[in-house]
Amino acid sequence: MSFVNITVIDREGAEHKLEGPTDMNMNMMELCKAAELPVEGTCGGMAMCASCHCYVESENSLPEMSGDEEDMLDEAFFVEDNSRLGCQLHLNDNLEGLVVRLAPESA
Amino acid sequence: MAYFCPHIFIVMIETDIIIVGAGPCGLFTVFEAGLLKLRCHLIDSLPEPGGQCAEIYPKKPIFDIPAFPEVLAGDLVNHLMKQIEPFKPGFTLGESAVSIDKDEDDNFIVTTDRGTKHKAPIVAIAGGLGVFTPRKPPIAELPNFEDKGVEYIIKDPEVYRDKDVVISGGGDSALDWTIFLADGVAKSVTLVHRRQGFKGHPDSAQKVLDLAESGKIRFISDADVIGVEGNGKVETLVIKHKTEGELRVNTDHWVPLFGLTPKLGPIADWGLDIEKNAIKVDTFDYSTNIPGIYAIGDVNTYPGKLKLILCGFHEGTLMVQSAFKRIFPDKNLVLKYTTVNGVTGFEE
Repeated sequence: MSFVNITVIDREGAEHKLEGPTDMNMNMMELCKAAELPVEGTCGGMAMCASCHCYVESENSLPEMSGDEEDMLDEAFFVEDNSRLGCQLHLNDNLEGLVVRLAPESA
Repeated sequence: MAYFCPHIFIVMIETDIIIVGAGPCGLFTVFEAGLLKLRCHLIDSLPEPGGQCAEIYPKKPIFDIPAFPEVLAGDLVNHLMKQIEPFKPGFTLGESAVSIDKDEDDNFIVTTDRGTKHKAPIVAIAGGLGVFTPRKPPIAELPNFEDKGVEYIIKDPEVYRDKDVVISGGGDSALDWTIFLADGVAKSVTLVHRRQGFKGHPDSAQKVLDLAESGKIRFISDADVIGVEGNGKVETLVIKHKTEGELRVNTDHWVPLFGLTPKLGPIADWGLDIEKNAIKVDTFDYSTNIPGIYAIGDVNTYPGKLKLILCGFHEGTLMVQSAFKRIFPDKNLVLKYTTVNGVTGFEE
């Protein structure tokens, strides 16, 4: 099994060092849930709820945003230029060293 | 049963099982209850049955419904509605269940936010992720202005006649209401949106851009409302533009339309054991800590829980067996196969 090393900064500012398997078809939302971090993943990963909204704080090469992801971030709050939906970031070798910060929960 | 009070007309809907939530799991439970000659009535906050399948992803395919290699979520709901049709379920749609009480005969009375009352010996909560509620922008002073110029849903467009209105959002609701209110209803319409493109239908987006071009509406793109000011009601919005800084717009109303998100809502206060936003159940029959109240589908939790439609169908099936024994403690229940017996619905 191969892994990438990922850092997730939670809403209290604590850093969590996670090993993300690259051969299990997982995404960042699922990795956070598996690590019991407070990410809801309400829609199950369809880019339809923004409960896995996060900020990418490293320089990794990321996949282009799909129209669905862009549309969803349009309706989310606290959106910044480095905002992404965790469910659309599939774990692969490009994510080695990725650092993401969880966005605030919206009401 | 209907009876008159001095001032209001109260209708009490009576049934065997009140199902709170008309998503796939609640709908299929009507079928399994019907096989046991139990009648059901469903309550849902959305105006149509189907829950998440209809509201969030009607056009998305589902691949793990047994015997359907692929089925669109919306079609799954249509098939379920057809399947339960013989059992004539009742529906209270567009209303959310807010309170639960017991009457002197040990029946539950479930009341909605519009005051509709439902009576039954059994309640099955199939509420999924909860009640779909509007997403509210994170502005600290916003609650002070709710219903005082800030509305998250447009119920009656006449409220906006000859008023200055600001709408936020880029989805279909934002576009459609902008077009509607700009057509001789509101005095002025301003649409504030985060970017230049829209999530809503391209035709509507083009109409909005045309209205802006011809000066019939004001369109502020690349901007977000960040503050609300006023004395007892909305008077001014503070809008932050990506490059041009802050601007202030005077208005009578602000309608932020950022879609819906599910919240567990009032069910959380029904005295049920709740763990991480889900209702704890006994996997023997999916009963909760309150006898007579069951929880099935995404709304429940137990060791090994999987939030799958498939599992919700199973939970509803076992749950109605237990409900039957609770309603008819002296009757024996024999499992009958539909292939042998067919499906006999209710007359009315």
